[in-house]
Amino acid sequence: MSEHVHKNCKELLGSLSSYIDGDLSPELCLELEKHLAGCDDCTVVLNTTKRTIDLVHSPLEKPDLPEDVRERLFKRLNLDTYLNPKSQ
Amino acid sequence: MPNEISLEALIAGDRAEFARLVDSYSSSIYRLGLRMLGNPQDAEDILQNTFINALTHIHKFEGRSSLLTWLYRIASNEALMLLRKKKPEVNLDDVEGGDDDEDLRPTQFVDWSALPEDELLSGEGKNFLDEAIRTLPESMRIVFLLRDVEGLSIRETAEALNLTETNVKTRLLRARVSLREKLSAYYGERFSVRSET
Repeated sequence: MSEHVHKNCKELLGSLSSYIDGDLSPELCLELEKHLAGCDDCTVVLNTTKRTIDLVHSPLEKPDLPEDVRERLFKRLNLDTYLNPKSQ
Repeated sequence: MPNEISLEALIAGDRAEFARLVDSYSSSIYRLGLRMLGNPQDAEDILQNTFINALTHIHKFEGRSSLLTWLYRIASNEALMLLRKKKPEVNLDDVEGGDDDEDLRPTQFVDWSALPEDELLSGEGKNFLDEAIRTLPESMRIVFLLRDVEGLSIRETAEALNLTETNVKTRLLRARVSLREKLSAYYGERFSVRSET
């Protein structure tokens, strides 16, 4: 696999996060999208970065609080009275 | 979604309302501690200290941020204090951007983005992702966790960590790029191995 050395790619990488967050000016967006249209490697970098962020949002990555930890927390806060049921 | 927590009731000392606050946000705070310190005991200490602190200082909360952002701020301070105590050699203020962007240059170009989530996060894949997050430098990791895992905005992340938004964006970019590189190397190997068999 070759190392990615296009001149414009460095600029793209600096803007990558802001682009994903929808935080780039319309002019920069346009410039970046023009570059992406002709650069497969940068398109892969963009898509896999977006996917990386999607993966960490997965419910699998967000387990609930273990019940024993919750119990100890409530006791420590003198909230034993409200321990059951879960008070949401 | 729980009904909105009443700040008025919290400030008035309503214990039932505080219990609701704890139940609404304790999973998020525990996860942050677990990912920052890497072990359940430290995560539990951070969790307990965060809510003890919140209970003690709720009357000082001015409502300029959301309650959750305020709790994340307390929890982040607790986590960083514990890290400093345990690993004094770690510089938590590094990664200011600088001129050296060499470490931002990608080397992995396998496109695994269209693979389904259950394949990417099956067993070993999930462990690899967790480990990759765990090995990000602490100063990047906390920004990444608040922004990308817990879903705070850039501004809320900056508020929670007392950083500028520019600083948050710099750390976030580096964290995302670093994580993508690791995942791409891993998935590239894993799925090319599978296609050969």
